[in-house]
Amino acid sequence: MEIERFSYDNKIVKAFIIATVIFGLVGMLVGLTAAIQLVYPVFNFELQYTTFGRIRPLHTNAVIFAFVGNAMFAGVYYSMQRLLKTRMYSDTLSWIHFWGWQLIIVAAAITLPMGFTTSKEYAELEWPVDIVITIVWVVFGWNMIGTILKRRVRHMYVAIWFYIATFITVAVLHLVNSFEMPVTLFKSYSGYAGVQDALVQWWYGHNAVAFFLTTPYLGMMYYFLPKAANRPVYSYKLSIIHFWSLIFLYIWAGPHHLLYTSLPDWAQSLGTVFSIMLIAPSWGGMLNGLMTLRGAWDRVREDPVLKFMVVAITAYGMATLEGPLLSLKNVNAIAHFTDWIVAHVHVGGLGWNGFLIFAVLYWVVPRMWNTKLFSIKLANTHFWLGTLGIIFYALPMYVSGVVQSLMWKEFNPEGFLTYKNFLETTVAILPLYGLRAIGGALYLTGAIIMTYNLIKTAYAGSFLANEEAEAPPLTSEYRPTAGGWHHRVLEHKPVIFTVLTLIAILIGGAIEMVPTFLVRSNIPTISSVQPYTPLEIHGRDIYIREGCVNCHTQMVRPFRSETERYGEYSKSGEYVYDHPFLWGSKRTGPDLARLNGKYSNTWHYNHMYSPEFVSQGSIMPSYPWLFRQRIDKEITGKKISALRSVGVPYEPGYESTANADLEKQAKAIVESLRADKVDLPEGVENAEIIALIAYLQRLGKDIKIEKTADVQTPR
Amino acid sequence: MYKNVLQSIDNIAIWPVISFVIFFLFFLCLLWWVATVDKKVIKEISELPLEPTAGNETDKSNE
Repeated sequence: MEIERFSYDNKIVKAFIIATVIFGLVGMLVGLTAAIQLVYPVFNFELQYTTFGRIRPLHTNAVIFAFVGNAMFAGVYYSMQRLLKTRMYSDTLSWIHFWGWQLIIVAAAITLPMGFTTSKEYAELEWPVDIVITIVWVVFGWNMIGTILKRRVRHMYVAIWFYIATFITVAVLHLVNSFEMPVTLFKSYSGYAGVQDALVQWWYGHNAVAFFLTTPYLGMMYYFLPKAANRPVYSYKLSIIHFWSLIFLYIWAGPHHLLYTSLPDWAQSLGTVFSIMLIAPSWGGMLNGLMTLRGAWDRVREDPVLKFMVVAITAYGMATLEGPLLSLKNVNAIAHFTDWIVAHVHVGGLGWNGFLIFAVLYWVVPRMWNTKLFSIKLANTHFWLGTLGIIFYALPMYVSGVVQSLMWKEFNPEGFLTYKNFLETTVAILPLYGLRAIGGALYLTGAIIMTYNLIKTAYAGSFLANEEAEAPPLTSEYRPTAGGWHHRVLEHKPVIFTVLTLIAILIGGAIEMVPTFLVRSNIPTISSVQPYTPLEIHGRDIYIREGCVNCHTQMVRPFRSETERYGEYSKSGEYVYDHPFLWGSKRTGPDLARLNGKYSNTWHYNHMYSPEFVSQGSIMPSYPWLFRQRIDKEITGKKISALRSVGVPYEPGYESTANADLEKQAKAIVESLRADKVDLPEGVENAEIIALIAYLQRLGKDIKIEKTADVQTPR
Repeated sequence: MYKNVLQSIDNIAIWPVISFVIFFLFFLCLLWWVATVDKKVIKEISELPLEPTAGNETDKSNE
């Protein structure tokens, strides 16, 4: 048979590797900054662009999409060409993909500090960027499917299946969760409200973890681990079961992020059940990885690549056992909203993704530059610094999570909360936050050493831009051998395979979401709950812009410790006009769902100017710019129209009279401040702080009205 | 809008049940296939990553 000669494109892999290293360092540095800000608020620099609320999404986006994302593409482009014995389908598409992705990252790095955010976790980027993401992702998929179709290997190795599932699912997740109504170029409102928005967001959020941080990396594990260990995967059959069960089960588990919230109970239970089932495929994958090293464990002592891989796979195993355990309601009651979750995600992020990326870089770079690794000793130093970094990060966060949660829940013998002031529970864990920052610094130091090692390696070798290869083409005369044709048919037909994967993930998503969207009884309405006033809309948008949701929840869970501290537990009907929902996922500060009337307007005014002055020991940054900046009344009407179009019942024509209501409400707040003899600057009526106060005072107000109405007119 | 689309579908409630059945049937078939598949084929596929390519013929970094 005629042998075809071709070459593998290493240049695109090199580009993605460089981007991985640069953005990895940047992302970790931003994370370290955020960690330090929580101990020393002075590092918020009193600048709106550098406060924790804006830095935190910058960190998560940088490490997830820039660091882990670029590394994923490097791994996919390297392994896919070799597994399929072909060059990528199109060099042009490869480079559009590369530069498009970097454009998105730069856009994120600019827009997030500027406060352009949807506030939905890991989907913070605003609508124009969402559109670019969609286009670039399609280019990636097109290039990938094209490569599969022109392959010279009959069988699609399991790694390729994981890559296909990644492409398909991330596309679906991104499209569904980014359903939003633009107001201006960098402002939009989520198409979903309240409970539905929460369900869609965590269906997305959970599966972003599954299909952006897990499946592509499992694919990479199945390729690079056998390569590094120089032996085939322990059980290929297990990898098949691993793949199908993982993608079928993962997609259902999203609601475990919303336990004890206002989400209907059946959906919460569904999330828990599927999360527990997930242990099976996850551990199947982990064991398959570790067992691949059977008979090669002696090499783990010497080979830094294998060392990193062993810790990565172990971290995967730990995180995927911990996840299901956290989805049990009794564990979740303690862990949710605390640093336990932060520890959990960092075991996954630093351990699984980070260490697998380091392993792949240490393995790939010497080969692409046709040389040896510059220093194995430095790689080992990196390994130990990284491992210590993970431990110093995770352990303090576990302790901090449990300590704070128990303090929240502690009652004294008289039946009152022991730590009535939330701030006491924050101050108690600050030393642990300090330790966490040290852990992060260790991890970052390791990554810097790696960067030096890789650069020296590259300089010592000569880069092989096009790696020559040869293979016979696929012929149409192929006849499968007798027996067991079913799955091979699937595997030989990438398009059918892709469609089946799509069906698998759509089933789970649909069952979760359709009933919540359809059945009215799932979201009982509360008659006293009204749409926000124009001033409150502006205030809410400031709350979103400043990233308040990163530290404050708006969800009182039905526990005595919470109803005692905050007030009545939250109900789904309260959120029907919340586009987007702002339940939050972490309580660095107290819950705000019942803030109405708790403090005076003057208290809020002073507190936002200097939290430390009002609450001694507070780690909240101050927001002096809210007092200088003016709300843009020109767009009040646009905001009303956009909200109406996603279902908020503002009367027709209200957009033209909304500003009159806005001014009236602002004036009342300013008068109350004047009555308290607050020193007010000129034109304060239009200052952002007034809108924010209006919004904060609205939180939980409607449910109070209903209670009063109940007393007056008993039903 | 999306609510109207979904509500206009007759007997939408049966869909999840059908989906669930498909899911389990698919899984049973998969398990059956995995149990009965030719070992030679599995061995051949599992060794795909180990095929030598230019950069991989020798293990240069760790010698």
